[in-house]
Amino acid sequence: MSVAPALLVQNLSVEFRTRSGVVKALESVSFTVAKGETLAIVGESGSGKSVTAYAVMGILDPAGHVTGGTAMLGGLDLLSASNAAMSEVRGREIAMIFQNPRAALNPIRSVGRQIADVLIRHGNVPRKEAPERAVEMLRAVGIPDPSRRAKAYPFEMSGGMCQRVMIAIAIAAKPSMLIADEPTTGLDVTTQAVIMDLISELSSGTGMATIFITHDLALAAQRADRIAVMHAGHVIECAATRELFERPRHPYTAELIAATPDRAANLDELASIPGALPDLRRTDLPPCRYSERCPRKMTECDQPLPRSPAVAAHMVACWNPLR
Amino acid sequence: MGNLILKRLLLAVPSLIGVVIVTFLLTRALPGDPAAYFAGPAATAEAVEEIRVKLGLDQPLIVQFVRYIGDLSHGDLGSSLTTGQPVAAEIKRRLPASAELTLLGLLVSMAIAVPLGILAATQPGSLIDHACRVVTTAGVSLPVFFTGLILIYVFYYKLGWAPAPLGRLDIFFSPPPQVTGFYLIDSLIAGNGALFVASLKQLILPALTLGIFSLAPIARMTRASMLAVLSSDFVRSARASGLSSFTVVVTYAFRNAMLPVITTLGMVFSFLLGANVLVEKVFAWPGIGSFAVEALIASDFAPVQGFVLTMAIMYVALNLIIDILYGLIDPRMRLEA
Repeated sequence: MSVAPALLVQNLSVEFRTRSGVVKALESVSFTVAKGETLAIVGESGSGKSVTAYAVMGILDPAGHVTGGTAMLGGLDLLSASNAAMSEVRGREIAMIFQNPRAALNPIRSVGRQIADVLIRHGNVPRKEAPERAVEMLRAVGIPDPSRRAKAYPFEMSGGMCQRVMIAIAIAAKPSMLIADEPTTGLDVTTQAVIMDLISELSSGTGMATIFITHDLALAAQRADRIAVMHAGHVIECAATRELFERPRHPYTAELIAATPDRAANLDELASIPGALPDLRRTDLPPCRYSERCPRKMTECDQPLPRSPAVAAHMVACWNPLR
Repeated sequence: MGNLILKRLLLAVPSLIGVVIVTFLLTRALPGDPAAYFAGPAATAEAVEEIRVKLGLDQPLIVQFVRYIGDLSHGDLGSSLTTGQPVAAEIKRRLPASAELTLLGLLVSMAIAVPLGILAATQPGSLIDHACRVVTTAGVSLPVFFTGLILIYVFYYKLGWAPAPLGRLDIFFSPPPQVTGFYLIDSLIAGNGALFVASLKQLILPALTLGIFSLAPIARMTRASMLAVLSSDFVRSARASGLSSFTVVVTYAFRNAMLPVITTLGMVFSFLLGANVLVEKVFAWPGIGSFAVEALIASDFAPVQGFVLTMAIMYVALNLIIDILYGLIDPRMRLEA
């Protein structure tokens, strides 16, 4: 924790105002990522991993509103910055890659031009040189025959190739922070490993910090320096990877680790966590949103959660943690 | 690309053959006896029969059809029974008037509808979105002859801004030497500014009438298709990579959203060909729509046949253009060809 943080998110809260009620998607989410570090955000579907990333990037749906908190990137609070300031920062200082890379690329623009668009916007690259530089970017992310591939359209490339193109677009302006939102979902296992290797290679080469969003705890364990576990819009635990696996403190984290498939010898042994995420539109949500599923629930659990600083070595949001 | 055009052209051949057969049968199935009409109300049964033989209408259908095909292959569409003029020459004279009007009408409606749809989609729930809804609802619910009459009433009768709705040119002007048949273009080629202004003045109201009529489908389709594209993954990632909102909305979103809009344009154009008939009547426009209506009332089958065939060819050509535009915009279409 000695290194300066690349990104410091504190007390981020997000609501979605929908026709069927207000969804309290994030509540007081805090975490930090140091320069050159990889933080994994894990959690089940609907736990708020992607919403956290979208809020930080300022690309929430129109229905989504940031209701509080700060996200400091260098000296700039991303949550209160103007649209103009954000569009300068996005892609230049903080970039993002998405799941389902083929859909995340413009289907009717050649991949070379899409990279060139970002280079012209952020990289101080003259319009004339941009196509050439785009080919270099494609080479940098390991695409064979890059000058021919630059003219290709996303539908002519494999999913893995498309994700490499996305990565090339993301790192085109050499950002200090990369958010990878389930970058390997939908790719086959060998491609997954190659893409993950590429991301870690690029980040270790440039000191770029990485947030890696996944629902796959095992993958997070292999790739991340630290892991933040999310449940129903809360960060319930955040610690160094080894620490988290050896000494999980939140009951939910412990259950998640126990439920990781490679620990079970067969299907019967495969543990599952009882219950489901609470409905975030409820007005009577308990302070600890896990309490209704929690086997260790006590009376204190109805009190507001204990606050711990975002930079704590091992943060846990629980009144009755393990150990 | 060349491949795609060739393929579409070949595909158009069977549809044209179908059109030739159907128009032939349809005009024969029309109620009313052309021979009786041509002979006049006082004619005897023998006189009518004589005319029938003269016109070849006493022959079996198949013989008539073979003769029709034979004439068609020479570009001969027959002659009008009422005027005696060859139909092909008449259509050639009148088509540019209709085409100029229709294209300008389409241009007017696109110039209003496309920006309106884009703005409505980028700011849903805003004032401009509501304005878009009102304009499109009004556009679909007003019959085209009614809009035309209202425009004439307000801008010619009340305000006196527009010239009398009496055709393509004021009687003090003579048409420019024919190059394209479009007065706007021909007057510019002839370097005659006054003539250009005069023909534009005549065109504005009927073109506006057609424009208002075709506004609604284009604006609605632009809005719907922009909304869909703006919420797609690639627009989100374009935003995430910090591209300016102009690039995101125009270069990324709009080019993708254009595909369904172009399809709608094709449909709208075919509606306009139909609406033309009424607008040409209201504005005394010497186009092929009014020509066809007069012929239809007189059971004059040759002009009707010629009109339907012309429309069909235009429609096929239009679809070809749309396919080519699709290919230009969407690389996936090129592959399919």
